[in-house]
Amino acid sequence: MTTALAGRTAPQDRAARPARPARHRARTVALFLGPFLLLFTALYLAPIGYTLYQSLFRMHRSGLGLSAPTQAFAGLGNYATALGDPAFRGSLLRVLLIGVVQVPVMLLLALVLALLLDAGSTMFKRFFRLAFFLPYALPGVVGAIMWSYLVAPGLSPITAAAHHLGLDLSLTSDGMLGATIGNMLTWGWTGYNMLIIHSALQAIPAELGEAARMDGCSAFGIAWRIKVPMIRPALVLTTVFSIIGTAQLYNEPAILHNVAPNLSSSYTPIYAAYNAVDANDFNLAATESVVLAVLAFALSFGFLKLVQRRGEAL
Amino acid sequence: MSTTTHTRTHTRTHTNTARTARYQASRWLTLGVLLIASVYFLAPVWWLLVASTKTSSGLFAGNGFWFGDFALADNLRDVFTRQGGIYWQWLGNSAVYAVGGAAGSTLISAMAGYALAKYRFRGRELTFNGVLAAVLVPQPLLAVPLYLMFSELHLVNSYWAVLLPSTVSPFGVYLARIYAAASVPDELIEAGRIDGAGEFRIFATIGLRVMSPALVTVFLFQFVAIWTNYLLPVLMLADDHLQPVTVGVVGWQAQRALGPGAPPLNIVVTAAMVSAIPLVVLFLSLQRFWRAGLTAGSVK
Repeated sequence: MTTALAGRTAPQDRAARPARPARHRARTVALFLGPFLLLFTALYLAPIGYTLYQSLFRMHRSGLGLSAPTQAFAGLGNYATALGDPAFRGSLLRVLLIGVVQVPVMLLLALVLALLLDAGSTMFKRFFRLAFFLPYALPGVVGAIMWSYLVAPGLSPITAAAHHLGLDLSLTSDGMLGATIGNMLTWGWTGYNMLIIHSALQAIPAELGEAARMDGCSAFGIAWRIKVPMIRPALVLTTVFSIIGTAQLYNEPAILHNVAPNLSSSYTPIYAAYNAVDANDFNLAATESVVLAVLAFALSFGFLKLVQRRGEAL
Repeated sequence: MSTTTHTRTHTRTHTNTARTARYQASRWLTLGVLLIASVYFLAPVWWLLVASTKTSSGLFAGNGFWFGDFALADNLRDVFTRQGGIYWQWLGNSAVYAVGGAAGSTLISAMAGYALAKYRFRGRELTFNGVLAAVLVPQPLLAVPLYLMFSELHLVNSYWAVLLPSTVSPFGVYLARIYAAASVPDELIEAGRIDGAGEFRIFATIGLRVMSPALVTVFLFQFVAIWTNYLLPVLMLADDHLQPVTVGVVGWQAQRALGPGAPPLNIVVTAAMVSAIPLVVLFLSLQRFWRAGLTAGSVK
């Protein structure tokens, strides 16, 4: 049996006739990978390069605007302009603050719900899993429109309920906007993160929990000491995705703006960049995009490095 | 810890009743927490459903979470006939972008993932690492530079402006590679070669068939990503006859700030609700494939 097969196994086959297939394979690989690499270069790498390029130049228009504007090298001038703009700096800080508060709240909620769903005694698992996941199945824009009316002055049932209790609660006031947007994000993304964490939990062998229970470990102890450490990769992944997601915050504030005119049109960095495009200031838009990309990358990469070192220490 | 040692000193029956009581208590506590959470997640959607059945004035009166004057049929008629029935066109555009983009990107991802998994060549690791890094690039960050590039190429305000960027899915390539490496046996490919089949024919007859569950997942993810995308189409498409339904509905909502002639609130709500139905149906009917994709993301 083994000798009969040995004559046909791949390594020997390749060794026997290396020249023709190698050349042939190269063409095949190019054929298979070509379309993706072409589109990837044109629609991923080129925009990144083009943004970097644009961020280093500035348009100069003549006073009357009669002759065509000319483009001149500006060095890091655009970066100085962007970072010197209090509105843009504010948008970066705002996103950072939302991220620092909202991401941990959302992931903790997702983790708790996933652990509860994973506990053996839980009833109606299918229903709960679907209920938590439903917000993610709604397009983000629909969720944002829905919430914008749920918090809009004069329409909000939450404000009305608070009024019944004698409270004066405006969810679109300047002070509450951050919390309102944080809630929209938590509502929309907890279920998605919970499902990733839950999938990881289900991959843990049941015997581990059984063994710990025999040893007298409580359900909480099993969850905290055994399950959570074992699903670390899923927790790291959801955190990195959440950091990136927060950095690109746009839909929620832009739609909330329709019911809350007090919301600044440079509320988040992407929002600010979009407005720069609207104002035909492409160089500034590009610069703001680069700043945001660098920050998002530094934060998610920094987080990965941080947990990696801790992982090695353990 | 102390409670367990304490109960151990008691007789066996005592231990069991204490355990059962504690077990029952934690069971009810778990159920309570999960119920509260599901109210938080479901109540807003219920509000949306109820609101889409109300008249404009009914929205501002009475209980937001229960039905008033039932005007769903009128609302739907208004949504689908307003501006010469443009809502139909928006839905059609969304379908064109989502089906076209997802089909294109699934085929391209399948080919690339299969090549990365099944052939050895120089630059293979580099390419795959590039794909992985691209998964981490926030898509909206690309939207602004893409708009700038496309406007220089005079591609803005065309179907291609949204379709082309939708055909690239690094996550799809990642998923296709993982799945091809795990499930397409080398022996089968080798057997095909011995039978004299060309490489592309082997891919089309063996590779695609074995990879089909993963490809359904890739298609779904991309379909949903395109259907829900807002920033890219709103930048690219000024002509409202080219816009997908997300951009159209937000456009109606934004008009309301501009005053008379704008669609009333109940129409915006109904339009938003209807635009979500295709996705919710897709999610509920194809749950298996969803979870397959999410699991693949969590076990790197």
